[in-house]
Amino acid sequence: MHTAPNLQLQSIPGAVQAAQAEIAPEQLHEVCAQAQAQGARLLALWGCDDTDQGRGFALRVALLTGTGLLCLRVALGPDHPHYPSIADVFPAAGRMQRATYDLLGVHAQGSSDSRKWLRHGAWPGGVFPLRKGQALGAAFEPGADHYPFVRVEGEGVHEIPVGPVHAGTIEPGHFRFSIVGESVLRLEERLGYKHKGIEKLAEGMAIEQAARLVGRVSGDSTVAYAWAYAQAAESIARLQAPPRAVWLRAIALELERIHNHLGDLGYLGNDVALSFGFFQFWRLKELALRVNAQLFGHRYLMDLIVPGGVALDMPPEGPQRLFELCGLLESEVRTLRAIYDEHAGVQDRFMGAGRVAPELAQSMGLTGFAGRASGLAADLRVDHPCAPYDRFEVRMATHGEGDVAARVSVRFDEVLESLRLIRVLLGQAQAGPVRQPLDDAGGFGVGLIEGWRGEVLVAVEVDAHTRIRRLHPHDPSWQNWPLLERAVMDNIVPDFPLINKSFNLSYSGHDL
Amino acid sequence: MDAAGIAFQILQSVFVVLAAPALLGWVNQCRAWLQNRKGPGILRPYFLLWRLFHKEAVVAHNASALFRATPYVLFGCMWLAAGIVPVLATDLPFAFAADIIALVGIFALARVFISLAAMDIGTAFGGIGARREMLIGFLAEPAMLMTLFTAAFLSGSTALTTIVETLAHREFAIHPGLACAAVAFLMVLLAENARIPVDNPTTHLELTMIHEALILEYSARHLALVEWAAAIKLFAYMTIGIALFVPWGIAEGSDWLGLPLAVAAAAAKLALAGAGLAVLETVSAKFRVFRAPEFLSTAFLLAVLGMLVHFLTDV
Repeated sequence: MHTAPNLQLQSIPGAVQAAQAEIAPEQLHEVCAQAQAQGARLLALWGCDDTDQGRGFALRVALLTGTGLLCLRVALGPDHPHYPSIADVFPAAGRMQRATYDLLGVHAQGSSDSRKWLRHGAWPGGVFPLRKGQALGAAFEPGADHYPFVRVEGEGVHEIPVGPVHAGTIEPGHFRFSIVGESVLRLEERLGYKHKGIEKLAEGMAIEQAARLVGRVSGDSTVAYAWAYAQAAESIARLQAPPRAVWLRAIALELERIHNHLGDLGYLGNDVALSFGFFQFWRLKELALRVNAQLFGHRYLMDLIVPGGVALDMPPEGPQRLFELCGLLESEVRTLRAIYDEHAGVQDRFMGAGRVAPELAQSMGLTGFAGRASGLAADLRVDHPCAPYDRFEVRMATHGEGDVAARVSVRFDEVLESLRLIRVLLGQAQAGPVRQPLDDAGGFGVGLIEGWRGEVLVAVEVDAHTRIRRLHPHDPSWQNWPLLERAVMDNIVPDFPLINKSFNLSYSGHDL
Repeated sequence: MDAAGIAFQILQSVFVVLAAPALLGWVNQCRAWLQNRKGPGILRPYFLLWRLFHKEAVVAHNASALFRATPYVLFGCMWLAAGIVPVLATDLPFAFAADIIALVGIFALARVFISLAAMDIGTAFGGIGARREMLIGFLAEPAMLMTLFTAAFLSGSTALTTIVETLAHREFAIHPGLACAAVAFLMVLLAENARIPVDNPTTHLELTMIHEALILEYSARHLALVEWAAAIKLFAYMTIGIALFVPWGIAEGSDWLGLPLAVAAAAAKLALAGAGLAVLETVSAKFRVFRAPEFLSTAFLLAVLGMLVHFLTDV
């Protein structure tokens, strides 16, 4: 790895190509700037409280470089821990830094925005719930939730506050629009309503127990989270999951990609009042979910992937059922795609709406399929394939326009590619056990999986008693939420739901 | 004004109010069928009204009397409009109280009230909805008037009952002027009744709403009246369309013997119109708000064309 020659790199064993380095706070900005200049992207940023071990606090930064994952650990002092902000290098770091302060009191110096982020009224300022001294479930008097939104002034400008309670069954989030007529001048998001304290809850859990928790960080990406967590746990235990287990994991991951894209393609039809598309895609999604339940015991594939392998093997009729499902979905999705593509009304709504230009996507670090729709050709399955993706070719879907139509097109391509991959995987069936017991071990491990929405990273620290010391699940929505604000600019207010749905970002995975 | 006329008038007014939700239910049922769903049945809107009438009404603290009065004004306006349109018979004593110009005025009055009520509470969605409703309204009204004028020129009267009696007696032939006007009327009907592609009556997305945004703050009996009024409005528009463009089968004068045929004809024509609306809504996507002016200008243009064609062919 050559991101910064002066780094003392130490390889992290496991399925993910990863290395870690200890750096001093004053090196952080330079190391990040160098890495960024060489094309690295910020994956995650979080903090740890090691004061109980007499080591003060620590900041962790995960970067994706050309050669793999680079995990930086920045040791910080026990009193008033602080570090230089890297939000000027990686804009996506801004909200992660604010969240790290809210939870741990670790301060980013020189940041242009130091408002609170995840903290609402649930705990007072100056209390940091993720610190070791804070008890799990500590209750505080609900305080005032004052949050200064950026105001847009001018003739005819007014604000529309939307949410956090919405008219449909969607997750809570607040959107503050500054508009003139129907035109959006600025959108500001306010998230954190779904903060559940998942990271605190994980502390002290056994490794197996935390697998169930991680699988529920964002329910629509349960396979990606569980796999990334399993990679991290297996990395700590120096264990390789059996070939049949990773084979089953890949099938599950592609099934998850398919049913999420199908659901969203239906919603996109619904949002332009083409209910026909909604009901057709949701019928197909339902077929896929039923096959999931029959083969793997859960409609959304929860708790299938466990550290050491998978919880249960596919029944003997599995490959046959999957072949049938893939054949059916492929022909129907192709028909529906033709209907969407040839429907003038639908295309009129999709094209040009919510455009994220490739340059903007690049500089802000847009990730996942949304990034690929804005010309960023990045897919972990292609760039840094873990087993079994290293045994066959994955055809990456990209598009250059970056609008709703581009994201729809990439979603269609990815559904069809995942259907192909499942059939390729079925042709390479692996025999053998599906699970191996985990040896007791402590240490730091990390997992990284290309989920349907983007890169899901799970970092775990396990203590000598094989209990979770620190767990950080990172959702790609962190990177993409700020881009939604930009995508809506200069669009009209009634197009927001459509643009929002074309990204379909996670609130739960972001708010933790 | 004779007793039979009054009897017909009362009969028709009651019929319209009671049948309007069924028409809405029928449209929704057809849409469900077209989407390969079983559908909720055509009686669903009645259950909804029943449920709403039995709920406790919640009204914002800062609501004025206007907000509380609007549902009743709305319901009254639509009922009056439905009383003027000849649905079953042409001998309607009320009909001479208001001609087609007054009819458009009644719809405009309802629009002004619902828009003011939406802004009364001061929520952002109400304001947005009122603004969009006015945008649609000021474009739809001239197109609607032009359409009606084409028919008025054909029959030499602005009274709907006279227009219908005249048109029903013409031989069966498609008048080119009326054909243009019919297309224009259909476009106005879609816009005025918040149907796809102008608005989406089933949406839950606050930011995209037009009609739904206006009534977001209403609940219980107030909402029931607003929903019922919307159903009557759709019914009234469809019957205006039928009266102008396919009036055959209506009971002329106070012809009691013609009544069963009139009821059957009206039901059949409304069922067809409802199914047609469902087909139209199933194959269309909602367009951007700013396409509405183009859409309604086209309607206006067609209506004017219809009138010009009438003058050309009449000379």
